[in-house]
Amino acid sequence: MISNRTRYLTQNVAKVLIWTAALLTIGVMMLILFQVLAEGLPVLHPRFFLDSPKNMGREGGILSTIVGTFALTLVAIVFAAPLGVGTAIFLREYTRETRISRIIRFGTDCLAGVPSIIFGLFGFVFFVIFLNMGWSILSGGLTLAAMILPTIISTAEEAIKTIPYTYREVSFSLGGTRWQTVTRTILPSAIPGIFTGIILSVGRSIGETAAVILTAGSSLVMPTSLFSPIRTMSVHFYILAREGISMEMAYGTGAALILLVLIVNTAANWLLNRYIRHRV
Amino acid sequence: MQELNTKIEARGLNFYYGSVQALKNINIHIKERQITALIGPSGCGKSTFLRALNRTNELIPHTRTEGSVMLDGEEIYRPGLDVVGLRQRVGMVFQRPNPFPKSIYENVAFGPKVLGIYSRREIEEKVEKSLKAAALWSEVADRLHTSALNLTLGQQQRLCIARVLAVEPEVILMDEPCSALDPIATLKIEELMQELKKRYTIVIVTHNMQQAARTSDWAGFFLLGELLEYGPTADLFTRPKDKRTENYVTGRYG
Ligand SMILES: Nc1ncnc2c1ncn2[C@@H]1O[C@H](COP(=O)(O)OP(=O)(O)OP(=O)(O)O)[C@@H](O)[C@H]1O
Ligand SMILES: [Mg+2]
Repeated sequence: MISNRTRYLTQNVAKVLIWTAALLTIGVMMLILFQVLAEGLPVLHPRFFLDSPKNMGREGGILSTIVGTFALTLVAIVFAAPLGVGTAIFLREYTRETRISRIIRFGTDCLAGVPSIIFGLFGFVFFVIFLNMGWSILSGGLTLAAMILPTIISTAEEAIKTIPYTYREVSFSLGGTRWQTVTRTILPSAIPGIFTGIILSVGRSIGETAAVILTAGSSLVMPTSLFSPIRTMSVHFYILAREGISMEMAYGTGAALILLVLIVNTAANWLLNRYIRHRV
Repeated sequence: MQELNTKIEARGLNFYYGSVQALKNINIHIKERQITALIGPSGCGKSTFLRALNRTNELIPHTRTEGSVMLDGEEIYRPGLDVVGLRQRVGMVFQRPNPFPKSIYENVAFGPKVLGIYSRREIEEKVEKSLKAAALWSEVADRLHTSALNLTLGQQQRLCIARVLAVEPEVILMDEPCSALDPIATLKIEELMQELKKRYTIVIVTHNMQQAARTSDWAGFFLLGELLEYGPTADLFTRPKDKRTENYVTGRYG
């Protein structure tokens, strides 16, 4: 028998450790946010968002990099989301555990662990050079799509996996086809999980630098088509800081990035809650 | 008593989960517009047998079916049979009430919609008709568009029955439909079954001997994957041919 004293002691020690861990994590996060926002927020006046960079980014704003960030992320998601969700549905609903499904799953698990710079290199060799798409939104977006695909597949698979088997059983027993079962019972219930994976991927796309520089370039010119090279905000931040062009502008860009991610996440949450509420 | 039609006939039906044989040479005639109760100890293959009748067993990986099942004299294991159509004709109510996390209306409308009915009016009519047939309409008419998950378990089970009725099946398989319900809800389902019997062939699995005796016209006793005895309910309960059946129905099985 453990004495009550030991039990209470263990309990208290555990409490202290857990609180320390939590506070430390929050503290570090706050410190980073505070540092970037304190330096960056004063730079953020409307002109900063509405002007494109001038003089390598020393002056002007960041409009073209905002456009670049959105365009690149959009292309990545437009390609990766249907492909990833489709693969997850295939793996979960259309095949049993076979050699093919194991190979696909092994492949995606491997891809998930590959550093982004490798995707960048692949994108550079394949899209930029071999397919002759040059440094462009399309090359960069497709590279990012390949990079986030494993995340989308595995989060979608997880989401689909948690749907009770009875939903499928019921749907089939009512004369539903496999496709109807997927679209009418599985997807509606899995959408929150799938959506979370996509938002996670949006975050990764917005934050990526190495792979983007190699495939989308770092042009400050406002893009005019999918084949225009662009610079994203993260890349802009990196170059401004790394090459010592302007710390002030770098922090401004950093603060804008943080706000952007905040807005994206808030909007996503709002949408998700709305969806869940409207499904009764 | 008039001659009864055979609705479902199984001949030499074997079923395997991997290498484990769960059904052994089942032969049975299930009569049209009658209630057939299947009883037997846990794990003897009752649910497996029910699922063999609408071919949902085959959704389970690594399983194998042998033998023959005829619905209205037509082989349902014939290659090329329209399985989706078969499942529409042979509906199923499960042990645990399992409405979709949708509104009451959407639950009942699910079947008609997957069967390709698009007219809103037609669907609304079917929903109302099915809910009335399942004796649930008066309780939910004013909240059709609220979540089905807010209903009591007994109401949820009647909703599941309404959901099956909405696809207009011919046979309704019920796998211990009352085991999660209280006595009053159970009674409601039993009354409902008597009503449904006029139009549908019902096969019900139950662990409740009184329920089997009360509700069914025919009864079958399963033991270790075999259909040991099958006949009119009164005979099975009062004059069982097999000692093991007698022990089971009198509660001496152990
Ligand atoms: N999905 C499955 N995979 C493997 N074996 C199974 C599966 N389902 C059932 N079995 C086995 O098949 C046999 C029959 O099971 P079944 O569910 O048909 O019995 P049951 O008579 O319905 O039992 P209960 O009264 O407990 O519902 C059991 O031995 C069971 O362990
Ligand atoms: Mg069972």
